Amino acid sequence: MSRKPILQLLLTNDKASRWLFIVMGVLGVLVPILNLAVPADSAFHVPTYMVTLIGKYLCFAMLALALDLIWGYCGILSLGHGAFFALGGYAMGMYLMRQIGDRGVYGNPVLPDFMVFLNWQELPWYWYGFDNFGFALLMVFLAPGLLAFLFGWLAFRSRVTGVYLSIITQALTYALMLAFFRNDMGFGGNNGLTDFKDILGFDLQADSTRVSLFVITLLCLAGAYILCQYITRSKAGRVLISIRDAESRTRFIGYKVEHYKLFVFVVSSLIAGLAGALYVPQIGIINPSEFNPLNSIEIVIWVAIGGRGTLYGAIIGAILVNYAKTTFTSGVFAEYWLFILGALFVITTIYLPRGVVGILDGYRQKVARKKADQAAATPVPQTAGGK
Amino acid sequence: MVETKVQSILYLNGVTKSFDGFKAINNLSLDIRPGELRAIIGPNGAGKSTMMDIITGKTKPDEGEVKFRDVIDLTKHDEAEIANMGIGRKFQKPTVIESLSVWENLELALAGHRNVFQTLFFKLDKAQIERIEEILLLIGLQERRAEQARNLSHGQKQWLEIGMLIIQDPELLLVDEPAAGMTDYETMETAKLLKSISENHSVIVVEHDMDFIRALDTKVTVLHEGSVLAEGTLDVVSSNPRVIEVYLGR
Amino acid sequence: MNYTIKKIVLIAIGLLLSWISVGWSADFESLTKEVAQSSYAQKNKLIDQLVALEDPRSLTVLKAMLDGKLYLQKSDQTVVIGEDHPDGVQIKNISDEQVIDVVGARSLEKVKINNSVRGKLRTVIASLQLSAKDASLRRQSARDLIKSPDAELRDIIAAAVEREESSSVKKEMELALALVDVESENADRRKQAIKVMSASYSPEALAVLERLSADKEGAADIAKLAAEGADKVRHRMGIMKFIENLFFGASLGSVLLLAAIGLAITFGVMGVINMAHGEMIMLGAYTTFAVQQIFPNWIEASIIIAIPMAFLVSGSVGVLIERTVIRHLYGRPLETLLATFGISLFLQQLVRTYNSNNVPVVTPDWMSGFYQVNGALSLTYNRLYIIVFSLLVLGLLALLLRKTLLGLQMRAVTQNRAMANSMGIRSSWVDALTFGLGSGIAGIAGVALSQITNVGPNMGQGFIIDSFMVVVFGGVGNLLGTFFAAMGLGVVNKFLEPYAGAVLGKIFVLVFIILFIQWRPRGLFALKGRFVED
Repeated sequence: MSRKPILQLLLTNDKASRWLFIVMGVLGVLVPILNLAVPADSAFHVPTYMVTLIGKYLCFAMLALALDLIWGYCGILSLGHGAFFALGGYAMGMYLMRQIGDRGVYGNPVLPDFMVFLNWQELPWYWYGFDNFGFALLMVFLAPGLLAFLFGWLAFRSRVTGVYLSIITQALTYALMLAFFRNDMGFGGNNGLTDFKDILGFDLQADSTRVSLFVITLLCLAGAYILCQYITRSKAGRVLISIRDAESRTRFIGYKVEHYKLFVFVVSSLIAGLAGALYVPQIGIINPSEFNPLNSIEIVIWVAIGGRGTLYGAIIGAILVNYAKTTFTSGVFAEYWLFILGALFVITTIYLPRGVVGILDGYRQKVARKKADQAAATPVPQTAGGK
Repeated sequence: MVETKVQSILYLNGVTKSFDGFKAINNLSLDIRPGELRAIIGPNGAGKSTMMDIITGKTKPDEGEVKFRDVIDLTKHDEAEIANMGIGRKFQKPTVIESLSVWENLELALAGHRNVFQTLFFKLDKAQIERIEEILLLIGLQERRAEQARNLSHGQKQWLEIGMLIIQDPELLLVDEPAAGMTDYETMETAKLLKSISENHSVIVVEHDMDFIRALDTKVTVLHEGSVLAEGTLDVVSSNPRVIEVYLGR
Repeated sequence: MNYTIKKIVLIAIGLLLSWISVGWSADFESLTKEVAQSSYAQKNKLIDQLVALEDPRSLTVLKAMLDGKLYLQKSDQTVVIGEDHPDGVQIKNISDEQVIDVVGARSLEKVKINNSVRGKLRTVIASLQLSAKDASLRRQSARDLIKSPDAELRDIIAAAVEREESSSVKKEMELALALVDVESENADRRKQAIKVMSASYSPEALAVLERLSADKEGAADIAKLAAEGADKVRHRMGIMKFIENLFFGASLGSVLLLAAIGLAITFGVMGVINMAHGEMIMLGAYTTFAVQQIFPNWIEASIIIAIPMAFLVSGSVGVLIERTVIRHLYGRPLETLLATFGISLFLQQLVRTYNSNNVPVVTPDWMSGFYQVNGALSLTYNRLYIIVFSLLVLGLLALLLRKTLLGLQMRAVTQNRAMANSMGIRSSWVDALTFGLGSGIAGIAGVALSQITNVGPNMGQGFIIDSFMVVVFGGVGNLLGTFFAAMGLGVVNKFLEPYAGAVLGKIFVLVFIILFIQWRPRGLFALKGRFVED
């Protein structure tokens, strides 16, 4: 595949994607300038904590994108996607941990502080190689990808579907949470991995590093979006939709449903892992609570509120809900946040099955109906297939 | 493929399947020749759907042989593999992919290209576009090609599904109650369509509608309690006293 | 000189007087007072006199004295029993054990004892207890002696063994005697003692046997005998350990069963994943708490009152949820899952707004304590009751499903909703009641669980994944499957624990279920049939 058709596809066919890219482009240019070039006392200055906060939202948006790919397009409701996010995060965290070197509290050049604290004498084998960024990056994809492959291969092959699948994905992340809480696992137990100093030699506290991480996150989000867009627009994407709508019919047409599910599940886990890896250096900590089933199910509500089955909807949903969360949990309404979140779950599922995007669409369709009726005669095949 | 002469396109021998002690299929045998159009009738619970499930790999029989093209043991394959061997199935309730357009539904069913990476980088070529156009014409849905399938009428969905079946280019078509819920006109058109299809495919039609069966004008198999009760032309079958008893005795 | 002689004479007279007075004042209170006031040397004699009174209260006094809890009030020299209290010492009357007051430690003088008195007290108390009328007291005393054998008490124990009529108590006394005898010089006596010990379940006996078998300097035949005996005890204790594990497993299993039954119903009949199920359990537990707050004087009966209350509270919340939310989502199981999860968040926060901490639920007396089977095995009452209770709930539910119209309709809807509808069953009505029933049973489970876990806003969360695992493992819509799955998981979990630790054991079980589902996607006891297909 050449690059041209994708860009063409994105720029000519899809209004929402175009807007999304414009907004991301503006953010990517404006935020660094307003943070680094505008003096701190200026009204236009974007403080670094804000850069990090937006960066965090973008990571969550990627995670939502990953979930939407499998839930919105293939009907696989994973209640354990936080696990892939956290695994990616841990892989990055392990790299950052090794980078601390002898600057830790105990000054051990090899062992992270928590291992010294536990009286460990040498580095466990699974920590080898994490001092190398390339290896760590490989693990960012490999760890969640392998888990997703193994789990998906078992589950899809034996046709575990629907709520059963949801429940066992939840059990999966729950089991991982319990495991990572254990000190013996060698991942820092309760406290997780934290006190990071620098990444690739750049100080993590420096504004320039923060801004760079922000921009990288934005680029990764754009990349993930294009990838998902490509998949869902390809014929494979239509097979996914057909699996979502009529799984058994799809089999009778001759598609190996389990292969498609496995493929998209693994892709989704990779995106989630990357999101986790970008999240950790910006937030500065990764701990087992990221595996909490509650976190995973929150991802679902981002996607549901944004509008599942539309990729930009997932991004909008993640940012909206997390913005609301930041606003509410820091203010006097902190106690009410869980009420709001609970209500959001109920209201979106009953009244807004297509989320915010559905509301916008409904409005747009009314306006555009007349035009569409006139344009119906135009031959459609051009939109089909990825050319 | 080496084209030795195939004796039976589908051969069932002594097939039995029970659910919780209830024998849905009981020692069923059936032999469909290449190019044959066969109608299968039977009262509710006669085992028609289970028979279809067994042929298409959805259900595994407890015992008996199920052979495709004389040699392939269908009980060893799953739905997708069986579909790819050339057995197409149309369900009783029309199941088209509701949120895809008519065109996309046909594209999905188009023969070939079933694995993930093929479909990921798939582009329709000219011949394929023509093939889809051809089928659209056949099922009379050219005008509605861009429409989401959920917006079609019941009859149109049936036709789209038949179209999807044909475009798979199967050797054997299993058609479950194609006339259900259709108007008389549509029913007759469907019968005509199936007859034309059977000119170069083998077809098994399961149906309740006697007018439809009559219009097909072909060999009929009567199923009862999971096994074959009678076989022959519709006239022969309908004068069989046991068939009369089963149909009228209840 | 003169002065000294005078003093000696005076003291002698005093002693004489007191001796005479002791002889005359035979009643309990005054004798106790004398014991308290007398010198160490006199105490031993006076204690004998106190025992000779055969007053049941004297045991309490003597015990208090041994424990250093017997005091003289400085003001009027009355004897009292004191217990530590945050504000000083809480004192009790010796004659009827009624609490008098809480006083400062300075206003009391402890009745002091020395080693000789302590030894005397032990002997006397042991003999009093060993000859008590109440068999449980005698048993307890024998057990105390097993825990701390006292060679000086040998004759008393031996006499008690002779007297003893209850065979079970006699056995324990014999063991107590053996633990003394085994240290004696007499080889025959020792061998006899080892024989008795080898037949016991006692960890104390095992410890002694192991020490003897490892003793290279002692007699070789004793060491050999002891080694054989230790093996026997160890084997027997292994069996007891196994039974104990089984018991713990069954009790964990019945907790799982209680938590999962309601879910099995809602999931099985309606295909609804109720993520708020854990919160229905929580509501039941809080109902127990509320009942205890409203009727603080009826703590003993509170659990019994709470059971129907919790059923009503959780059941009606369940019906409310069904009517307002779930009704709109039938046929969309994933959406139902999300909506009910929202409800669960909502309910948790509601409770948290009331009180974010755990609330103290009192355990009635009849549920606390344990039943001691033998030295190596004791079964706590609360767990025993929970096992019985869970089976009762399961049985009643099975009866309800089989024998009532609602049950029949529920089963019809489970098997084939469309068909049931067409037969005139109002499936929406059945759904509401089913959901209410499932939630109500969760409420009842909450009452039981309030007795063994913390009751707090998050308690439901701890159960939800486990209960789903049980339902999925057992097979949807099948109570028997739920039962076997719950018991199986409970027992497996408990047997894994010693090897893997609680957390790792749990992880193993989760992983096992994840793998199990691959093998049997519809659980152990899946419903079979044509209509179960999706």
